[in-house]
Amino acid sequence: MAKSSSPKPIEKLKYEQAFAELETIVDTLEGQQNPLDEAMSLYERGQGLVKRCSELLEGAELKVRELSGDELSELVAGE
Amino acid sequence: MSQPSLFASVIWSVTRLTQHIRTLLETDVNLQDVWVQGEISNLAQPASGHMYFTLKDSSASLRSVMWKGDTRRLGLALENGLEIEAHGRIGVYEPQGQYQFYTDIIRPIGEGALYQEFLRLKSMLEAEGLFDADRKRPIPELPGTIGIVTSTTGAALRDMLDTLNRRLPLVEVIVAPTPVQGDQAPAGIVAALNSLNKYEPDVILIGRGGGSIEDLWAFNDEQVARTVASAGSPVISGVGHETDFTLCDFAADLRAPTPTAAAELATPISIIDLKSYLVGMKDRLISSSLNLLTVKKADFENQTARLRISSPLRLIQIDRQRLDNFARRSLNALNSIVVLEMSQLNGFERRLEALNPLAVLGRGFAVVTRQSDNRLLNQVKMAKMGEKIKVQISDGAFDATITQNKES
Repeated sequence: MAKSSSPKPIEKLKYEQAFAELETIVDTLEGQQNPLDEAMSLYERGQGLVKRCSELLEGAELKVRELSGDELSELVAGE
Repeated sequence: MSQPSLFASVIWSVTRLTQHIRTLLETDVNLQDVWVQGEISNLAQPASGHMYFTLKDSSASLRSVMWKGDTRRLGLALENGLEIEAHGRIGVYEPQGQYQFYTDIIRPIGEGALYQEFLRLKSMLEAEGLFDADRKRPIPELPGTIGIVTSTTGAALRDMLDTLNRRLPLVEVIVAPTPVQGDQAPAGIVAALNSLNKYEPDVILIGRGGGSIEDLWAFNDEQVARTVASAGSPVISGVGHETDFTLCDFAADLRAPTPTAAAELATPISIIDLKSYLVGMKDRLISSSLNLLTVKKADFENQTARLRISSPLRLIQIDRQRLDNFARRSLNALNSIVVLEMSQLNGFERRLEALNPLAVLGRGFAVVTRQSDNRLLNQVKMAKMGEKIKVQISDGAFDATITQNKES
């Protein structure tokens, strides 16, 4: 397993990042090669990632911005 | 001009004659696959759904029919006075003795030239390899950012945003607005595509809603096609309707029949899929952790058992036993040494006894010593008359005085 050198704070992860890390953790735990304390902290982080992912899914709202020239601005839903 | 023969050998029925005319017209290949240009008049569409009209120009007219089935594919609204190009075949309607034009395709005038230009560009870009299958990039399964190149005023943008919002509201959308029809459209589309590169969207949707082929023409622009092919991100093109194919479609990494379909193809995994994946992943997280605990516990018990076997305590017990053995053995050794020593000692004692001069006293001998100086009297001449002596026998001693000296 690629031990993330400095794990990003969970609340800053995007969905894809959080889910990908969760997947890696589950794969690792299923390999059953880890020392217990490491497994426990992996499990804890996994739980945090599950929480993060479901929050992101529940609160998801399409974010639409409009390019004008080189500027990005929130798109006001037209008509 | 010759006189008609009054006594004709054969007299045709009207039906027979009409059928003959019909056969003549309908077996002429030039009349069975023909394009004709004219102005629509006398347009009628009765409840049957078929369309009847007359095509005319300054000096002739042509009765025309379009069957209901073909009218569904009409890309434009017919009206009297409209100049069109129509494709079809010439046939005969026998009950009225009418030859008619049965048309299946109608397009605005001039479209033929556009189509020729389209074919020319298409084969040129095709020859360059711009449309090759191995140029097509895969569409990411779970895009984070989606770029959209279209007009902000059209229905296409609304359709795409609605679809994205329904399927995957996690995504961030960057809209690069551009006119999608008219003279400004090709340059606008190229600029919009280029401006998106900076934001590195995971996929770009490009498109517009349906319209006439002229409305869609910007998407057949050579520069547009080239820019789509070389865009920094995979492009999904959804231009017009199902039946419309543009150069933009060919150049894109994926062609969608409509803008809505393009948004669907950009989100192969929906939020509903994600929710069920997450539930599955959560189950796996819990069960893998439980399994790991079970395994660890079994490991632990296993190790405990091994530890018991190899524990220092057990070594100590073993050592203690060995120590006890040593102790017993050394005690035994010591004992035998003592016994040996003692028997030797006894021997010494006996030998010592044998040498004891006093031992002979038991047999009746006596030891006589002079009282004055305790010297042993072992010669007669040493015995002086009147001298005090001490006589030692086996069980004690007594004093005596010498009364006679019998020197021999």
